[in-house]
Amino acid sequence: MINTITILGGKSRAGIPEAVERIDLNMGDVVSIVGPTGSGKTTLINDLELFADANTQTGRRVLINNERPPLEYRDNPAMNPIALITQHTTFLSDLPVVDFLTAHAGIRAVKKSQVEEMIQKTLDFANELTGEPIVLTSRMTELSGGQTRALLIADATIICNTPIVLLDEVENAGINRTRAMELLRQYRKIFIFVTHDPRIALLSDYRIVMQGGSITQVLYTNEEERTFSHKVSKLDDLLSAMRDKIRFGERLTTHELEGLA
Amino acid sequence: MKLAICAGPATTGKSSVLRHMIRKLQAAGDNVAFLKVDVQFAEEDEIFAKEFGIPTRKVYSGELCPDHCNVMVLGDALQWAEKSGANILLVETAGLCLRCSPYVDGGLGMIVIEATSGTNLPLKIGPMLSLADVAVVTKIDRVSQAEREVFRSRIQDVAPNVKVREVNALYGIGIDPLVDAIHNQADTWDKMLLRGNPPVGTCTICVGKKEIGWQAHFGVVRSLENQNFYRGE
Ligand SMILES: Nc1ncnc2c1ncn2[C@@H]1O[C@H](COP(=O)(O)OP(=O)(O)OP(=O)(O)O)[C@@H](O)[C@H]1O
Ligand SMILES: Nc1nc2c(ncn2[C@@H]2O[C@H](COP(=O)(O)OP(=O)(O)O)[C@@H](O)[C@H]2O)c(=O)[nH]1
Ligand SMILES: [Mg+2]
Ligand SMILES: [Mg+2]
Ligand SMILES: [Zn+2]
Ligand SMILES: [Zn+2]
Repeated sequence: MINTITILGGKSRAGIPEAVERIDLNMGDVVSIVGPTGSGKTTLINDLELFADANTQTGRRVLINNERPPLEYRDNPAMNPIALITQHTTFLSDLPVVDFLTAHAGIRAVKKSQVEEMIQKTLDFANELTGEPIVLTSRMTELSGGQTRALLIADATIICNTPIVLLDEVENAGINRTRAMELLRQYRKIFIFVTHDPRIALLSDYRIVMQGGSITQVLYTNEEERTFSHKVSKLDDLLSAMRDKIRFGERLTTHELEGLA
Repeated sequence: MKLAICAGPATTGKSSVLRHMIRKLQAAGDNVAFLKVDVQFAEEDEIFAKEFGIPTRKVYSGELCPDHCNVMVLGDALQWAEKSGANILLVETAGLCLRCSPYVDGGLGMIVIEATSGTNLPLKIGPMLSLADVAVVTKIDRVSQAEREVFRSRIQDVAPNVKVREVNALYGIGIDPLVDAIHNQADTWDKMLLRGNPPVGTCTICVGKKEIGWQAHFGVVRSLENQNFYRGE
């Protein structure tokens, strides 16, 4: 049973000790990692995936339940408690969605009778995040970018069911992010988002701020931000509505932002 | 001397994996020598010599089965590595002959395959996988967690005793267990043997007879309808 995962600070790119010496991520936490391009966000989640032990370029260490993670995690991929979705992650299989999910659920399910329910749950979850629903008989490779992301997230959450899920910049795929955050919160896991998206950042419990290869701050989402996050979401929706209008050859007017008020 | 033989199809990431391993072995105080076996072109020897300042060699197998070429030269190679002051010899071989095993008893057998190659690949590569000690799965950064798990279970289906290690050879994620496997490997001994049984032997095409159709050949032949059978004296 994993209760906490701890990051013990290392050094920045310039070799200076990290300002934040220790961060404890607790089961159920939804966390964002933010920072400018090149600030070391991907490197930080690589440290997590590696269970770094002062043996990476950052010198960080990662503990599980306050101890060195068991060697088993490292040696047996089936025991690894982390699922990672990166910007480059995709499905390569050209099987029909249903066959693919059946194969995966068949490996993960404790009892064969669970397979069907797992597939249905995964599909329902994914379809809440996409505009166009995923059809079980279409081929994996025919899914759109957004459908692919949605299914990756749903599959990692429900079928893999690992206690820790890392997501590196998944926001660009046009999935319903507010809904995603709501749904993910129903599962007791640690979700870690690398993100440039204010919406995801404000819907997280706290955000880890990075600069120059180093963790500089941990900011808890405060009451003001929490209330304000609705407006941010609204603004974001208005922006995507405008994006759609442009796409469909319409003109924009000064009324577009009226919903904000 | 400890020996590891690293086989796998082209561009699966053998050199990338070995590069991370050499770096970590050097940091642990080991002296590594490197041998590259390929059919007709390779430059890893020059690259690794420059990058790590280690003794390196290459051989082109040409007409020989690359896996058997590896076995032919291995005796000399171990002596060469010893003379160059190395305590670990790493061999990278193309492993193109899917009937043969490129591994020897007394050396760590590593196959490198990429998670991106489709979930049926493990079913197609024969002894190169089933006779390995470790299957190193690269490019896990490119595929979904789901495909990673399906790929892994396909490997275990055909090779239940082979240890699976998943790596991202761009970032060097997952390399430590491979370094440990070499450290835990027993030293090589005299009179080591090729692992597994070589295939039925050469056919008359292998020795230069080019006619189309089994009727023109003898020894072990096959027709479209029948399995292999023996024709001739
Ligand atoms: N603590 C550190 N010490 C040394 N090098 C570091 C450190 N942190 C990051 N780096 C290096 O800095 C570079 C950029 O880091 P990284 O790719 O993690 O940035 P990023 O925040 O994910 O950027 P982007 O937003 O563009 O994806 C990498 O080459 C990485 O190896
Ligand atoms: N994304 C990704 N690329 C990899 C990985 N391993 C190797 N590569 C790339 O695959 C290509 C071939 O790798 P190389 O090590 O030369 O393969 P070899 O022919 O088996 O020796 C190179 O461009 C590598 O950068 C990996 O784990 N992830
Ligand atoms: Mg990044
Ligand atoms: Mg190579
Ligand atoms: Zn052969
Ligand atoms: Zn032949």
